[in-house]
Amino acid sequence: MEQLLFIILSVISVAAALCVIFVRNPIYSVLSLVVTFFSFAGHYILLKAQFLAIVQVIVYAGAIMVLFLFVIMLLNLNNTESQEKRSFISKAIAVVAGCLLLISLVGLLKGSVLIPTLANGVSSDDIGTVQTLGKVLFTDFVLPFEISSVLFLSAIIGAVMLGKKDLKDH
Amino acid sequence: MEIFLLDKTIIVVIVFLITLLIAMYSTWAERKVAGFIQDRIGPNRAGIFGILQPLADGVKMFMKEEIIPTHADKALFVMAPGISMLTALLTSSVIPWGSYLEINGRQVMLQITDINIGMLYIFAVVSTGVYGIMIGGWASNNKYSLMGSLRASSQMISYELAMGLALISVIMMTGTLSLKAIVEYQAINGWNIIYQPLGFLIFFICALAECNRTPFDLPESEAELVGGYHTEYSSMKLGLFLFAEYVNMFISGAIMSALFFGGYNLPFHDKLATIFSHNTLALLGTASFMLKTFLFIFIFMWIRWTVPRFRYDQLMHLGWRILLPLAMFNVVATGTVILISILWK
Repeated sequence: MEQLLFIILSVISVAAALCVIFVRNPIYSVLSLVVTFFSFAGHYILLKAQFLAIVQVIVYAGAIMVLFLFVIMLLNLNNTESQEKRSFISKAIAVVAGCLLLISLVGLLKGSVLIPTLANGVSSDDIGTVQTLGKVLFTDFVLPFEISSVLFLSAIIGAVMLGKKDLKDH
Repeated sequence: MEIFLLDKTIIVVIVFLITLLIAMYSTWAERKVAGFIQDRIGPNRAGIFGILQPLADGVKMFMKEEIIPTHADKALFVMAPGISMLTALLTSSVIPWGSYLEINGRQVMLQITDINIGMLYIFAVVSTGVYGIMIGGWASNNKYSLMGSLRASSQMISYELAMGLALISVIMMTGTLSLKAIVEYQAINGWNIIYQPLGFLIFFICALAECNRTPFDLPESEAELVGGYHTEYSSMKLGLFLFAEYVNMFISGAIMSALFFGGYNLPFHDKLATIFSHNTLALLGTASFMLKTFLFIFIFMWIRWTVPRFRYDQLMHLGWRILLPLAMFNVVATGTVILISILWK
């Protein structure tokens, strides 16, 4: 059952990810990216990380992709011109950069242990529940957690500053 | 396992049908309420009290000519009403409609699924609710549709935040994300509305905005945008868009009664338990849950036919400058009270 679900989800995510690249119309591209994110959420649920799955849907599929759609709809990108004008060099650079990313990802994952070590008193079944995650975040990883929250705060303030048009008047 | 699947299938089908039935009769109730408020009679030709009016409307919708604009993006144009309807219906799967029934010694939950991240699931579905409207507006290839869908989606995104923060204070109090556990918590500690009046008010306003109901029905303000995001839609596709609004209304009424008004709990539960059998009591609880939900639907309609529409800048001002800070204040205040009560012990 789990295997079957995994295969279905993998086919969906790979197919949708390929669609993102090969589809001409940017709107379709964004929508297939949304489908990819939903299938990722399914993968997370199979890995017993329910919280991660639902946050994936809320943050990526629900918020960030909506902003992508907003920008593309407002700019009304023409789907034909952007593809053909791109030069050979930029394509080559993209391919090289992609390969480098792949190599570094493979190198990173090769040495890592697949089964994470569990904190005390946590069974592998509820490793991804909100309770477990909250406890771990506020005990073992409290410093990185707080630092990233400060990072988010600065990003929010930055966005507000950029949004203020008449800053000099105040 | 098989009998479990059978139970779940039956409950899914029942919840689906009841949701659609209630949404259907909400359209009739809306016109009756409008008639009452405007001192008219309302629909009274099809059946007694116009009770067959929704059926007549449905037949009319299906029989009408279907027009797809020449320059519309056909695939997305057809898909959009379906997505709207899908996201509207998805939320009903985590709402606890009642406690449980005992049938042949088995316990049958009156809820499709009680996942431990129920509240987050609701957030997730609400946040994807924008897609139907955005895709529909863009695919129509019409400037009024596009403007309407942009307005709708920016409105929904803005009010989602305050809505989420209002719910966070409820989660902080009850200490769980499962909707059933929140309802059970209220059986012991009293309704959440007593402790979270501000949270409820914010949630209620945001629910109005999320359902695109008056005074937040800017996406389809006829005077400026013809019909908003569904200007180009006709026949049953338009019907699905309008119908999704009623489904949303029913679902948000159900969420409000579950989170703030005790859900399926009955007053004097212990005394009633001595009179009635367990199953009767469970069904009575479901009936009281439905009653509260209908009350919210009525309030939604009441507001629609009483209050005029906001201006767009007023809407944004209310969402970002008033509701969001208030919701944040509510979270901080709730946290402080919880901390003090822990220290007190």
